[in-house]
Amino acid sequence: MTSQLDVENLDTGYEGLQVVSQVSFSLAPGQIGCLLGPSGCGKTTVLRAIAGFEPAWQGRILIDGTVVSSKTVCLAPEKRNIGMVFQDFALFPHLRVEDNLRFGLKRLDSKAQQSRVQEMLAIVGMPAYAQAYPHQLSGGQQQRIALARALAPQPGVLLLDEPFSNMDAEMREQLAREVRSILKQENNTAILVTHDQNEAFAMADQICVMNEGSVQQQGSGYDLYHEPANRFVADFIGQGVILPATVQSATSVKTDLGVIVGSQPIADEPGATVDVLIRPDDVVHDDEAGESAIVVEKAFRGADFLYHLRMDSGIEVMCLAPSHHNHKINERIGIRLDVDHLVTFSRN
Amino acid sequence: MLVAVLFSLPIFTIASFVLHPSNEVWQHLLDTVLGEYLLNSALLMLGVAIGTLVIGVGCAWLTSVCVFPGKRLFAWALLLPLAFPAYIIAYTYTGMLDFAGPVQSWIRLSTGWGVRDYYFPEIRSLGGAVTMFSLVLYPYVYLLARAAFLEQSVCVLEVSRTLGCSVWSSFYRVALPLARPAIVAGLSLALMETLADYGTVAYFGLGVFTTGIFRTWFGLGDGAAAAKLAAILLLFVFTLIIIERWSRKRAQYHHATNRYRSLPQYRLRGYRGLLAFSACFGPLLLGFLLPAYQLAVWAIETYPEMVDASFVQLTLNSLELAFTAALLAVVLALFLGYGKRVLDSKTVNASIRIVATGYAVPGTVIAVGVIIPFAWLDNNIDSLMREYYGFSSGLVLSGSLFALMFAYMVRFMAVSIQTVESGLGNIKHSMDEAARSLSCRPAEVLFRVHLPLMKGSVLTALLIVFVDVMKELPATLILRPFNFNTLAVRAFELASDERLADSSTAALMIVAVGLVPVILLSQSISRARAGS
Repeated sequence: MTSQLDVENLDTGYEGLQVVSQVSFSLAPGQIGCLLGPSGCGKTTVLRAIAGFEPAWQGRILIDGTVVSSKTVCLAPEKRNIGMVFQDFALFPHLRVEDNLRFGLKRLDSKAQQSRVQEMLAIVGMPAYAQAYPHQLSGGQQQRIALARALAPQPGVLLLDEPFSNMDAEMREQLAREVRSILKQENNTAILVTHDQNEAFAMADQICVMNEGSVQQQGSGYDLYHEPANRFVADFIGQGVILPATVQSATSVKTDLGVIVGSQPIADEPGATVDVLIRPDDVVHDDEAGESAIVVEKAFRGADFLYHLRMDSGIEVMCLAPSHHNHKINERIGIRLDVDHLVTFSRN
Repeated sequence: MLVAVLFSLPIFTIASFVLHPSNEVWQHLLDTVLGEYLLNSALLMLGVAIGTLVIGVGCAWLTSVCVFPGKRLFAWALLLPLAFPAYIIAYTYTGMLDFAGPVQSWIRLSTGWGVRDYYFPEIRSLGGAVTMFSLVLYPYVYLLARAAFLEQSVCVLEVSRTLGCSVWSSFYRVALPLARPAIVAGLSLALMETLADYGTVAYFGLGVFTTGIFRTWFGLGDGAAAAKLAAILLLFVFTLIIIERWSRKRAQYHHATNRYRSLPQYRLRGYRGLLAFSACFGPLLLGFLLPAYQLAVWAIETYPEMVDASFVQLTLNSLELAFTAALLAVVLALFLGYGKRVLDSKTVNASIRIVATGYAVPGTVIAVGVIIPFAWLDNNIDSLMREYYGFSSGLVLSGSLFALMFAYMVRFMAVSIQTVESGLGNIKHSMDEAARSLSCRPAEVLFRVHLPLMKGSVLTALLIVFVDVMKELPATLILRPFNFNTLAVRAFELASDERLADSSTAALMIVAVGLVPVILLSQSISRARAGS
C-alpha cells in the first residue's frame, strides 16, 4: 500500500440526497490531485466526505492506509489528520495570525509551537505579519495564512476547497503556482477542488474530471486536453468543435477538411460515420492551403487570434492563428488540418 | 424541544380558553364591558398608530435626508424616549398637568382664574393615554423607518426627480412606498407594546383588555373568564405578529440596487431649518427631557424620606431578579442556538420559532397562562402529599419566584434567542469546520471559537433582558410572592396611591437603567450607512 489517499467506490450526499456515486481515485505521497468539474457536479461533496463532514454511504476512504470512512466507520474530522483550506479561508477573526497558526498545534509544547509558527510564516513568505489580525491582510495574504495554518500540524492530506475562487483572474494562476511550490517543498499530499481548468493545470499532477456525481476521466492536463475519454471531457476541457467524419481505415478518418491519421486504433468499423474533435490548434491558417473558410468571428488574445470560421459546407471550426495574421470579418482565408491526436466519438 | 414545549405552555393554555364553555361571569362580561374593552382598545391602537406614524416617519425623514441645525444630535437622541416605560411617563405627566400640578397652578396664579373658569384637557383619558404611548413608542417606527430611508438607493430618488417629481412628491411617491414594509413592522411593534401595557391604562382608569383581565381575576375572582379575555387579546397580538412578519419578508425585495452614494442632503435654511429643528425637538422634549426633568425634581425633593433600608432592599430585589433572569435567558438561548447550529433539524427550528413568539404576548396574558397550569400542578402535588404523607405542601410553585422566573423566560427568551442567533449566524460554518479540521472537538469549538467571537452579542442579550425585566410590571404584579416587591411594582403602587412625587425615585432608577441599552443602540445607528 503505497498511496497516501484512497477513495474507493464512494457514494455520498447530503440531506438524504445522493450527489456522488462510485467515485474512485488515489494519490501517492507527495502527489497533488484535483477534482475538476462544473458547479454542482459533486466535487466539493467528495472533499467534505474525505474531511469527515459528510459520511460515506457506500465504499471506503483511506488516509495513509487507515480506513477513515466506510459504511460503518466515520472518524470525526478532528481525528483524521487532515488539513483544510476553505473557500472563504475561515481565518479566526478574533485571533492574531500567529495564534491562528498555533490553533492546531496544541499537542506540541509552546517552544515547538513557536518554532513551527515561525517556520510556516517563513515558508509562505510572511514572517513580518505574526502580530497582524486577519482583517488587516489582503486576500492573497489571507490565502497564504490559511494555507500555513492548515499545513502547520503536518496533515496526512491537505484539502483545498476552491481556494482561489475569491481571487481575481490574474492572481489565480500565479497563486496556484506558488501554492504548488510550497506543497512540493514540504512534500505534502494534497487535493484541490476547482471548476477552473487553468488552476487545475497550474497546480495538479493528477486531475479527476467529474460530472453529475461521477468521475469522467483521470489523468494529466495534457491527457485530458488531447485525449478526452468522452464528449463531456472534450467539451469541458479546452475549446474545439465536433466534425462529422467517415472512418477510412483502422487509424484514419476523412473529414471535409481532409484525411486525419491517428496513432490509436478507432473503435468503429471502416465506412461508419463518427464525430471527430478538432481543437483550435489543430486548424492551421495557411494561405497556400487547398481548403478555405470565411471569418465569422474573431477574438484578439494578445499572442494569438482565435478565429471562428465557416466553411462552404456550412460547418464551423475554430482556428488559432499568430497575432500578426489580422483578418477582417467575412474575409476568406486558407486553412489546413494539422492533427497530432485523433479523437473520435461513436455516434450513439 | 422540551424547552419549547415548556415555554409555549402558557400561550397554549390561554389559547385553549377560546373554546372553553362560557359561564355566567363571562356572559356578564359579554353583556356589560366587553364592548367597551374592544372599543377602547381599538381607539387606543388607532390613536397610537397615527401618533407614532406622524412623529416616527417625519423625524426619520428629516434626520436622514435633510440638513438642519442639530441633525446629528437628533439622529440618536430621538431614541431616548424608549428608556421610559409608558406607565412612568404617564405618572409624570399626570403629576405635572393635573389640577394641583405645577402647570395648572401656574395658570391660575398668573391669570387669577378660579377652578371652573378655564378649560384644561384631562390627562387621565383615552386621548391622554394615546399621547403618552405615542411619545414613548414612536422610536420603534422612527428606528425602522430611518434604517429603510438610509438603505434606499439614491438612484431611485434621483430617477423620480428626473421624471419631474419635486423633493416632497418624490418622498410621497417613491421613498415612502419603498419604506412602507419597514414602517409597518415598526408600527406593529409599537402596537404590541400598547396592547401589552397595563400600568398606564390601569392608572388612567381605561377599560381595555389588560385592565379587564385584572378586574375579572381579582375583582370577580374568575380565572376562566380572565383567561378568555386574555385569549381574545392574544388574537389581536397574533394578528400583529403576522402583519409584522409579512412586512419584514416583503422588505427584503425592496432593495432596488446595490449602488450607494451619500444621500442627497436637502439643506434647510432660515425658518424651514427652524421648523425642522422644532419638529425633532418636540418629541425629544416631551418624550424625554421634560419628564426626566420632572422626575429628577421630585426625586431631589423626596429622596431623603424615600431612600431607606426598604428601598435598598427593593433595588436589590429588582437587580437580583433581573440579573438571574438575564443569565438564565442567555444560557438557555445559547443552548437552543447552538443546538440549532449543530443539529439543524426541523424540530429545533420550530421550537425556536415557538419560543420566540413569547415576546409579543402581553405580560398579563403570560401571567394568567402561567398561573393556571401551575396552580393545577400545585393542587395535585398538595393532594398527593396529603394523601400519602398526611401534610399539606401548600402552593409550592404558583406563589414562588420560580413561577415569576418562568414567566420572565416565556416573555423574554425571544430577545436573548434573537441576539444570540444573530451572533451565531455571523460566524460562518466554515469556521466550525476549520476548527474541526485543526483537531478540535465540538465542545472545544464552542469555547475556543464561538464564545470569543460572540462576546458582544452575548453581552447585548444579557443587557436587554436585564433591562426588560427591570421595567416589567404586569406579570410581576400578578406572580410575585407575597410581600416581594420590585422597583417597578413599588413605583406603580405609590403612583396608584396618588403619591406621584414619592414614586419618582423608583421611576428614575428604572429610566436610568433603561437608558443604557438605548444609548448603545443609538451609538450603533449613528454609525455610517451601508456602502459608505
